[in-house]
Amino acid sequence: MSQTADRSTEAPAKHTFGAALLPREDPAFIRGEAIFTADITPKNTLHMELLRSDYGHAEIVDIDVAKAKGLPGVVAVLTGKDLAEKLLPLPCIWIPGGVESHFPPHPYGVPGAGFVIAQDRVRFVGDPVVVVVAETPYQAHDAIEAITVTYKELPAVVDPQEAVKDGAPQLHEAVANNLNAYWTCGDEEGTDKAIGEAEVVVEMEVHNQRTINSSLEPRAAIGEYDPVKDEYVLHATSQSPHNHRFLLAALVLGIPFNKLRVIAPHIGGSFGTKGYLYPDMPLVLFLAKQLGKPVKWVDTRASLMRSTVQGRDHHQIATIAGTKDGKITAVKATSYANLGAYPSTIGPGVATALMGRTISGPYAIPHAFCGVYAVFTNVVPLGAQRGSGRAEAVYLMERLVDRFAEQIGMDPAEVRLRNMIEPDQFPYENGLGWVYDSGQYALALELALKTSDYYDFGARRAEAAARGKLLGIGIASYVAICGVGPSTKMSKEGMLGGTWESGNVRVHPSGEVAITIGSKSTGQSHETVFAQIAAEVLGVDMETITVYHSDTEKAPYGQGTYGSRSYSVGGPAIYMAAKQVLDKMIKAAAFWLGAEESEVDYANGTFSVKGQPDKTKSWSDMAMAMWYGWNMPPNMAPALDETAFFDPADFNYPFGSHVAVVEIDKISGEVEVKRYIAVNDSGPIGNPVVVRGQVEGSILHGMGQALIEKACFDDKGQLLTDDLRTYAIPRATDSVNFEMDFTETPCPHNPLGVKGAGETATVPAAVAISNAIHNALGAVNLDMPLTPEKIWTFLQEGNADR
Amino acid sequence: MRTDLTVNGEQVTADVEPRVLLVDLLRETLGLTGTKVGCDTGQCGSCVVKLNNRTVKSCAVLAVQAQGSDVVSVEGVNPPDQALNPIQQALRDAHGTQCGFCTPGMVISLMELLEVNPKPDEQEIRTWLTGNLCRCTGYNPVVRAVLDLVNGAQTPEEATR
Repeated sequence: MSQTADRSTEAPAKHTFGAALLPREDPAFIRGEAIFTADITPKNTLHMELLRSDYGHAEIVDIDVAKAKGLPGVVAVLTGKDLAEKLLPLPCIWIPGGVESHFPPHPYGVPGAGFVIAQDRVRFVGDPVVVVVAETPYQAHDAIEAITVTYKELPAVVDPQEAVKDGAPQLHEAVANNLNAYWTCGDEEGTDKAIGEAEVVVEMEVHNQRTINSSLEPRAAIGEYDPVKDEYVLHATSQSPHNHRFLLAALVLGIPFNKLRVIAPHIGGSFGTKGYLYPDMPLVLFLAKQLGKPVKWVDTRASLMRSTVQGRDHHQIATIAGTKDGKITAVKATSYANLGAYPSTIGPGVATALMGRTISGPYAIPHAFCGVYAVFTNVVPLGAQRGSGRAEAVYLMERLVDRFAEQIGMDPAEVRLRNMIEPDQFPYENGLGWVYDSGQYALALELALKTSDYYDFGARRAEAAARGKLLGIGIASYVAICGVGPSTKMSKEGMLGGTWESGNVRVHPSGEVAITIGSKSTGQSHETVFAQIAAEVLGVDMETITVYHSDTEKAPYGQGTYGSRSYSVGGPAIYMAAKQVLDKMIKAAAFWLGAEESEVDYANGTFSVKGQPDKTKSWSDMAMAMWYGWNMPPNMAPALDETAFFDPADFNYPFGSHVAVVEIDKISGEVEVKRYIAVNDSGPIGNPVVVRGQVEGSILHGMGQALIEKACFDDKGQLLTDDLRTYAIPRATDSVNFEMDFTETPCPHNPLGVKGAGETATVPAAVAISNAIHNALGAVNLDMPLTPEKIWTFLQEGNADR
Repeated sequence: MRTDLTVNGEQVTADVEPRVLLVDLLRETLGLTGTKVGCDTGQCGSCVVKLNNRTVKSCAVLAVQAQGSDVVSVEGVNPPDQALNPIQQALRDAHGTQCGFCTPGMVISLMELLEVNPKPDEQEIRTWLTGNLCRCTGYNPVVRAVLDLVNGAQTPEEATR
């Protein structure tokens, strides 16, 4: 079932856009030949390691590094005091938009995000205290072990609702009551009035727990410095190489932009963690210059768990109101977002706008309001995680819808269908700040209901009950803003920087094509899917197209990969650049063939004049002629090399509905996912192999949050889940075969009609599972993760007969 | 300590500290970076290699423990003509890799699976893979790859359906 955009008028007969091509990068991964950052060790490399805080909150009284400095192979041991005048603090570049906000200081007046190495105080267990450089990683580790830091422990606060109260421990001098910002969207007065007048009002609290993204590859960075040119090179696990270049050069190292080159080798997954500035990045560059040798740092899992940004972590208090016949009239939420000890590079923006403006979901709700308290506490800084902000909003709304349906005794599917925005209502202003571009929300839900045999569920539930099992079915419908973004709109959302993308298309004299993109794959097959766009426009074989990326010296600017934006922002840039190339070739062919431009056709690698079959020029003839540049048409420069920049008119809004069926063992509390149906709409799909793969991974990521994942800190800020023994991520036995389908509603804001896809299926997955479990249990509300222990306990508390 | 072993069919002699891990010998000393380090504690399986024809997590084995042993890493699994071996080809055909970081360990693990159980069913494949973590794929394309291999191949479009 799909409504396919008609692309036949502007594309050659052979389609590569939309083709199910196997990713061309896969063989190198499968052979183990793909080079990741940690695989690179330049000659004479020194190895860096960081000593991180032992405490969630403490004063540094003394650091004894004498013994460490004397160990074999140790080259440098530096503390915060040694580096205070050498490196600027880290900046924060996505702040809560349009409201007063408070940050640690930065000397350039931008919002600060803490020192590279802690000065006199540590504020979370990942705060770096000492940096060590040695000739081998083992020697660096020995030196770390030989350092003694004396701390004076300070009272800590880890709960954002506690942190804003009077008398709570204070983290930053410049931030009163630990409150980064109170940010709002929507109409509070109208919403309160609607709630006050409503026939039905349901309130609930949700703790969308903190999760650890846990890409398989830990972060890594290698700094090199060329004293002759006075230039730095950073190899790093960076999903935003251009952004890292700018921020590191201008705001941390204080060097000219053109003195730093950033290269991002293959990245082993990110899920929102590798676009941030971390202390290790400026440190390896600074130390490479100081020590005259390359400096390499590779994170460990335990250190990653304590320092790489984490996800979710909203404490939400919400109200939904409506009529007895199922019309939702208002939704209101107040959320306490736990930013952690420092603002991560884009954390405050993610925690406010991406969450708050999304809470009303795919529904036409007359009155909506969301307020977010963005709060600092003594835990690891908060960032994005696959579906960030949107997943927290959709989880809340979809639980509210189910609770509302339960309250009025109506089928939750029916409540959703009665409230969904209709296809003729687009563009639709959701009252919270988003303008939804397009959608067929009910179509996707109806398809998911049909596939799941939703209306025949009663018989299956009875069958399961006869076996002593509790069967439940849960729905989650979502809209997930993607495609950050329109730069001017993003500036109003608090983004300090442009959010457009660029693409370059170059045709070599021999006819092969090189395309260069600004975004960076962290596993999304960029070398395949972007080549498919160029091949579609240019009508050339994929095999002749090379994709360049991930090196700031070779690629044009791009803001990088996050929020499912690469394809819907960078894809149109490549499309436009390829069109410019083809337009130029058609103009030149017309001139050389003695015809009007309108008379020239291009198909299957041949430029021809309508009705004159002898007048043709091949693709390779044209490529060579443009390279020679002889007898060029008037006012046309030689060569084929075009760059396009794309800044979308607005965001895009993929959507869909998922249905989960779970079976609960009443004796053990274990949850088995019996079926999972996912209907998603990301507009036209550029490569279904790639998108289906991402959807599957995204669903399991959401299931992980629903069932097993939780970052646990004690009340002093100690992380109790600091490796993959104690922090559970789903294994192969936790996954089931997902039943995937797609509708296709093109986005009006880009020439390909495409929308974000990569992470969107994570957004509804956790709440689809959660709703199914609550459906089975008849429970009011249990917070994730819905572990066997939690369910068993619920059943033991007199609820076993449900 | 002098350590003699065979790595991917070649005799290797290395002088390593007793505490050096096998994975560090492979990656740092021998430059065989196809084997990855993901978790340091033996959960993720990115470092899986064969040691005397049985899979081990090379982050949990000391290099000196491999004295006299035969080690095969991902670099050693291809036939001399460099074609993908059957399980690699199946992973390729099913897009059973995304970021590729866990993949070398998966390849080695799955090779052993098919040696001990030439026709595993879906549950057996999933259970076997519990020692190899993947965050990108949701595992299903990997499971399909193995099923396709043991049950007869499908086209790429069918394989991703």
